[in-house]
Amino acid sequence: MADGSALSASLDLLAYSPPGWGANLLRGLGNTVLIALGAYGVGMFLGTLGAFGKLYGGPLTRDLLGLYTTLVRAIPELVLILILYFAVTDLVNQALLSMGYERIQISGVAAGIMVLGVVQGAYATEVLRGAIQSVPAGQIEAARAMGMSPLLVAWRITLPLMLPAAIPGMANLWMIVTKDTALLAVVGFNELVQESRQAAGTTKAFFTFFMAAGVLFLAMSLVSNQVFARIEAWASKGTKRGGI
Amino acid sequence: MFDDKTAKAQRPVAIRVEGLRKSFGSHEVLKGVSLTAREGDVVAIIGGSGSGKSTMLRCINFLETPSGGQIEIGGEAVAMNAAGAPTDRRQLERLRQSLGMVFQSFNLWTHMTVLENLIEVPVHVLKTPRPQAVETARTLLARVGLAEKEAAYPAFLSGGQQQRAAIARALAIGPKAMLFDEPTSALDPELVGEVLAVIRALADEGRTMILVTHEMKFAREVADHVIYLHNGVIEEEGPPSAVFGAPQSARLKQFLSSVG
Repeated sequence: MADGSALSASLDLLAYSPPGWGANLLRGLGNTVLIALGAYGVGMFLGTLGAFGKLYGGPLTRDLLGLYTTLVRAIPELVLILILYFAVTDLVNQALLSMGYERIQISGVAAGIMVLGVVQGAYATEVLRGAIQSVPAGQIEAARAMGMSPLLVAWRITLPLMLPAAIPGMANLWMIVTKDTALLAVVGFNELVQESRQAAGTTKAFFTFFMAAGVLFLAMSLVSNQVFARIEAWASKGTKRGGI
Repeated sequence: MFDDKTAKAQRPVAIRVEGLRKSFGSHEVLKGVSLTAREGDVVAIIGGSGSGKSTMLRCINFLETPSGGQIEIGGEAVAMNAAGAPTDRRQLERLRQSLGMVFQSFNLWTHMTVLENLIEVPVHVLKTPRPQAVETARTLLARVGLAEKEAAYPAFLSGGQQQRAAIARALAIGPKAMLFDEPTSALDPELVGEVLAVIRALADEGRTMILVTHEMKFAREVADHVIYLHNGVIEEEGPPSAVFGAPQSARLKQFLSSVG
């Protein structure tokens, strides 16, 4: 089994150009990274607003954000993806049709980024809320005492100070979103898992292609770890455990 | 600047507090206290823990929201509603920019170097050109003896150095008055002297200051006016010679003997 010919047959299947499936896998990987980056960006943006809203917003803002984080975190991502992708697409199209417009096809990338971004945003709200609460109140007070506006305090003082506490949680969220992209296979989106499954289904080389997908996910995670370690060292500047 | 004490009455009022009240829930911490600091005055507020002295100071720049009364800074009344909350955020921010606050726990921004701490508000709030802000900051750091430390992060400074940097940061905004909230209470005993020396130098040059302190000897030396707070009311006040030399109320006598 484990002789050279089996290995070389596997490698042939993974070759970049046809009949190898390497190009398809890499295209899937590209889509996965694209969606993960987009959803992460959307999620961090929503999470920052959500965290400040939950901490400093009025009662109505806090209630709405509470509803958002509770619902999104309670419902399985797969169900959310199905709801948001099919139900929302359907609602949008019904609205368009009733107004006399043509039905539209929402692009898989845009839908994936939106759906996973909304999910990420709920988790990021809680991660960032905790991090903001870890900022020493005295440092925020010092900024207010010298006449900084609330927005400037948030931007110049609170956000940079909370980063060291936020990064482990944010790194976790990044890992989760890279893997959550696999769920988009259910709506027929050609990310890495879907491409692997198609290749495996066609060639019957299930082991080869799913191993390859796993290795690509692992590689992505190892690179991400390096990046986050650097960001953490940078964000911890001024503390004794961080870099200078 | 204002050596001539006979001219005291002519000097403009820098800070006036009138009938200030503050409650936390049902607990009334300040029960109508007043204070007037004219330009060049050093007012010391003393009292036991829980007397309301820090709260009184923190109400002046609205770090605590008063429950009632009136605050005037540079002759301008801070707009507030009947409940004591400030109603004009921009006015409050502008008035705060004329008050340099120094905290018990220093509160330097730990993600910035000492120099960055000093130029933060001048550059980002007061819109001073950066080179000019840096130059002012370096002058101030030299004055408090920290010229060598401008590139250091606060975590790598001693408590005394951090507090001196915090004083320089407060001076960097060009304040009309300085507010000190127990500036030496968090320091190791051997570091208290270096911070008091800086504060004394500021008093000597005629800066307007309101100082909440446990250092009775220091208050007696630098203050023009001493306020003794007890349970949220001013029990006794007057020039330091009177308050420390000839206390009238039994409580103040007891307080002074207990703090030595």
